Amino acid sequence: MTRLATATALAIVLALPSHGATPAEGDNLAENQELSFWILDAIKSLDPQITSSRTDSDMIRQLFEGLLNEDAKGAMIPGAAESWEVSEDGLTYTFHLRDAKWSNGDPVTAGDFVYAWQRAANPATASEYAWFIELMNIVNAAEIVAGEKAPEELGAKALDDKTLEVTLIKPTPYFLKTLSHATTYPTPQKVIEAEGDAWTQPGKMVGNGAYVLESHELGVQATAVKNENYWDAANTVMDKVTFVTVNDQNIALTRYLAGEIDWMNTLPAGQFPRLQGEYPDQAVSTPWACSYSYLFNLSDKGPEALKDLRVRQALSYAIDRDIIVDKILQGGQKPAYYWTHWAIEGFEAPEIEMAGWSQAERMEKAKALLAEAGYGPDNPLTLTIQYNTSEDHKKLAIAVQQFWKAIGVNVTLNNYEWKVHIDRLNNQDFEVARYAWCGDYNEASTFLDYFRSGGYNQGKYSNADYDKLLADAATAENPADLYKQAEQILVGDMALAPAYHYAQAQMINADLRGVPLENVMSTWYAKDMYRVAE
Amino acid sequence: MFAFVMRRLAVAIPTLLLLIIFSFILMHLAPGGPFSQERELPAQVLANLNEKYGLNDPLWKQIWNYLTGIVLHFDFGPSFVYPDRTVNELIASGFPVTLTYGTLSFIVAILAGVSLGVIAAIWHNSWLDYLAVGISIGAQVLPNFVMAPILVLVFTLWYRLLPGGGWSFTDPTFWIMPVIALATSYMASIARITRSSMLEVLGSNHIRTARAKGMPEHRVIIRHALKPAMLPVISYLGPVFVSMITGSVVIDIYFSTGGIGKAFVDSALNRDYAVMMGVTILVGALTILFNLIVDILYAWIDPKIRY
Repeated sequence: MTRLATATALAIVLALPSHGATPAEGDNLAENQELSFWILDAIKSLDPQITSSRTDSDMIRQLFEGLLNEDAKGAMIPGAAESWEVSEDGLTYTFHLRDAKWSNGDPVTAGDFVYAWQRAANPATASEYAWFIELMNIVNAAEIVAGEKAPEELGAKALDDKTLEVTLIKPTPYFLKTLSHATTYPTPQKVIEAEGDAWTQPGKMVGNGAYVLESHELGVQATAVKNENYWDAANTVMDKVTFVTVNDQNIALTRYLAGEIDWMNTLPAGQFPRLQGEYPDQAVSTPWACSYSYLFNLSDKGPEALKDLRVRQALSYAIDRDIIVDKILQGGQKPAYYWTHWAIEGFEAPEIEMAGWSQAERMEKAKALLAEAGYGPDNPLTLTIQYNTSEDHKKLAIAVQQFWKAIGVNVTLNNYEWKVHIDRLNNQDFEVARYAWCGDYNEASTFLDYFRSGGYNQGKYSNADYDKLLADAATAENPADLYKQAEQILVGDMALAPAYHYAQAQMINADLRGVPLENVMSTWYAKDMYRVAE
Repeated sequence: MFAFVMRRLAVAIPTLLLLIIFSFILMHLAPGGPFSQERELPAQVLANLNEKYGLNDPLWKQIWNYLTGIVLHFDFGPSFVYPDRTVNELIASGFPVTLTYGTLSFIVAILAGVSLGVIAAIWHNSWLDYLAVGISIGAQVLPNFVMAPILVLVFTLWYRLLPGGGWSFTDPTFWIMPVIALATSYMASIARITRSSMLEVLGSNHIRTARAKGMPEHRVIIRHALKPAMLPVISYLGPVFVSMITGSVVIDIYFSTGGIGKAFVDSALNRDYAVMMGVTILVGALTILFNLIVDILYAWIDPKIRY
């Protein structure tokens, strides 16, 4: 990027108002400004640096505030930082914090961020998300996580109470996008040191977010009420947020319909078309940055057959993605012919040949390819598909079993609970496995990085050209084209059989406003919402 | 009697010990561990986690440390999955809930079940009998995971009478649906056992004698028939009581009660060793205790039984 362009981009960012709930013209605010949000599983931890769960993060985001927030479309806007600059080499970011207070009245300082980030990286904290600080490419992060350097050597320094300087090991185009993630939220050192692990309990927890924790009954509900010390409390309309745990989706839906729950951001599979018909003002489906696929084991432990490109192509062609999306899931998902989610910001979808073919053509090609590879009625290919326990995964696996049977491949289905599934994937003990990936930030590299040699990449795919494209993309002015090429290599090599791109079928109370429907990361802030009178 | 109780308590301790050791070993044999996850943890982080939870030690030492922790400090350790909480805290918050709805369900199941069974036996082969048997068969074949969603549909969505889930110790409206859902099938079993046992007792010699003396029928039933008819019911109730108060995963899932039934199943799936052990010990100890209580009740009800 040219210097000029950088400066312009910065100026635009700075000119943006920070968000806040701004009721639209003509909206009458309702008397009741409370939101009850459904969650499937109990909250595991409310400690920003300890949690590894998306559900927890949704609650933590109400209780703490990072340097940056996301707006309704997923663009980064000022949060705890009022403004920031980046050095010409792209390695040093300087953040200027606004005057803000913790819920106990203490000022929020740059030191609070330094403490939190060191805490996340420090192996003594044993955070399952320590890798996130590494992903941000902060100087010494990797060494600290590995226990080779002291946490104090992290490249994040408080120049004074209101100025935070972060140095990176290399230019990182997505760096700013990581700053709305829970792992990067500041935490109050004094409170944590005084209370230990119990600091996240109601009454003890101190946060800098728009809400403070009022109660937390594990597996029942957790409530947060407006934080009067929050810097933008004057523009916060919603008074109270309740996270209601209901482990059964159908019961949750009944309770939604009874008015006990205002917002369900996932619906039971197959229910969306009916709900959309009955409640057109409440049922919506929005893209969500996750992709579902069948992963091929290309490692030495994997079956010989899968090392043949023609076999992988045949298997991928044979999957009828329209049936999966339109007949099984029915929640607004889109068929996937590549890996990165289509709605990721700045991502340009690659041209994929197979996407243009009819299913009949694909089947024909699949059969021909299999025959070419030496598999047929006399020498049928047999494979196993491994999936983790879930009704939906099971339905899809059965469908794929049938699709593959049609081209003469015999499939055995193996079902494991999640922990075992993951263990087997990490040890390459599988042939074909159901696998999904959700983006950590709104940029294509969060998906593509998975298949880098040395990435998580449980099928052990490796292609030097692919790796090089990703490495180049990290410092490129405009990486979109490189990502597109990488995606083409990935699908050309058929490292996986993409199945579908996620969407969230949701039910949203008709009088609730401000739910971000265009943010593919589904990042939301109750402070930006409000309820209107009917 | 005292010697009997002492003897049983003496056996209880090695029983519990064996339970702990076996569960501990089985749990560690299961594939996957609490820290198995998609992104493998950095070596140093994993080492620290293992250190924190004492997983680096050989198994025998882990068991030893675990046992001494319990005996010396009554400390069941920190939870792997809920890092903000200890196992003691998890049980302290979940057990009172299951104890409350479990005890209530137990009382409801006994009152309704025994009444149905007695009515059916007294008016044997009348329409009352058929009605009582019909109700209990209906209740038996309707599992609670079917019943729970129906209850929520009817009482929460249609009639808006009861909250669809959640828990409060002070507001009984939260108790009603969990209690109905949990009590129903137990009530049915109790009714069937009571009915057949009551029929047997009513046909026995001492009842004929009582009736021949001209004793009023209600006294015959209450004083002479009901007590002996309760023996099989009581032997059924001991283990039932334990399973009711230690929670039902179905109730916790459908009614968001926050009890330990769900916590127990989750701990097994998530390899939360500490929570799993804690709840196993709780259930084991209660089972031993209530089996003992049942034996004592036996002696009290049936003078023929001597220990």
